[in-house]
Amino acid sequence: MASNAVDPELAERLHQIGRDPDGQVKISEIGEVVDAILGSLQGDLTAVDVKLYEELEGLSRFIEEAKTDIASLRPDEVKDEFLPKATDELDAIVEATAEATNAIMDAVGDVEDVMAKLKGKNADKLMDATTKIYEACGFQDITGQRITKVVGALQHIEEKVDALLTAFGDEIAKYKAANPQPDSEPVEETPSDEELLHGPQLKQEAMSQDDIDALLASFD
Amino acid sequence: MAVDLNMNVLIVDDYQTMLRILRNLLRQLNFKNIDEASDGSEALKKLRAKNFGLVISDWNMEPMTGIQLLREVRGDEKLKHIPFVMITAESKSENVIAAKEAGVSNYIVKPFNAETLKGKLTSVLGDF
Repeated sequence: MASNAVDPELAERLHQIGRDPDGQVKISEIGEVVDAILGSLQGDLTAVDVKLYEELEGLSRFIEEAKTDIASLRPDEVKDEFLPKATDELDAIVEATAEATNAIMDAVGDVEDVMAKLKGKNADKLMDATTKIYEACGFQDITGQRITKVVGALQHIEEKVDALLTAFGDEIAKYKAANPQPDSEPVEETPSDEELLHGPQLKQEAMSQDDIDALLASFD
Repeated sequence: MAVDLNMNVLIVDDYQTMLRILRNLLRQLNFKNIDEASDGSEALKKLRAKNFGLVISDWNMEPMTGIQLLREVRGDEKLKHIPFVMITAESKSENVIAAKEAGVSNYIVKPFNAETLKGKLTSVLGDF
């Protein structure tokens, strides 16, 4: 007959997990507890015990598969590479639109200088046009605020991914060891047309026109 | 009553572009003395240092927001009479209600046009 007594070691483990101040339990710990429960089910098993054993075994398998699946999504890459890149791109949008808007307003300022020397209908027409340009330039402020909200959402996602990394740290390391990234292609190999589609570069990564001219000149 | 175009006007926004837009639109309305601040606390210092006839402020700024600035202004014996217009992208009714309760003189939602600005300033200050 199966014993009703709980393995003291297992009971202590469950007690410790329940007292975790962060309220976060590593997935690997849950798997170990399930294994421990399975290990404790020894001796004569009743039909209920067998059913419970099967359920726990199924749960253990599910956790194992989930661990592998989540590790294969590489949340570490999302946190270290994709999220910072997305934030940088959004910051670059704000910077570029601000620069463009200021350039537009500089030009309008020049128009206003000329306008000040005019009188009558022409001056009125120019005044209307410059007012409309100023109004339209307000898009930069609204765009900037919207992008700031998106950056905030990305930071929230980053926090969640961070929590995922804490829970799955060991699993991700194991997955990375078992599935190493292929080495990057040799530089001398010609990139494909698709690989040449980078989109606009961030300022710190972009080549200046002088750099490009120098590169072109190096072919001569 | 005609608007005193020589009054000191304080515009408050953390976006330099918006400060520039506002300054230019106010200049086109013939306001001559326009000063700027990039958040509520800087604005409050300027308001306490000089006489202003109008404050036009954004809402969403750090460290002191537009609504906090408005409450400070309305709670200050020397400043509480100054007309205060909020120009903001915050367009929820709860924002408008909070601003009204804090004593805002008028409320303009971004994006706005020069006609709206002139209309609201007329209702607060008088005819141009």
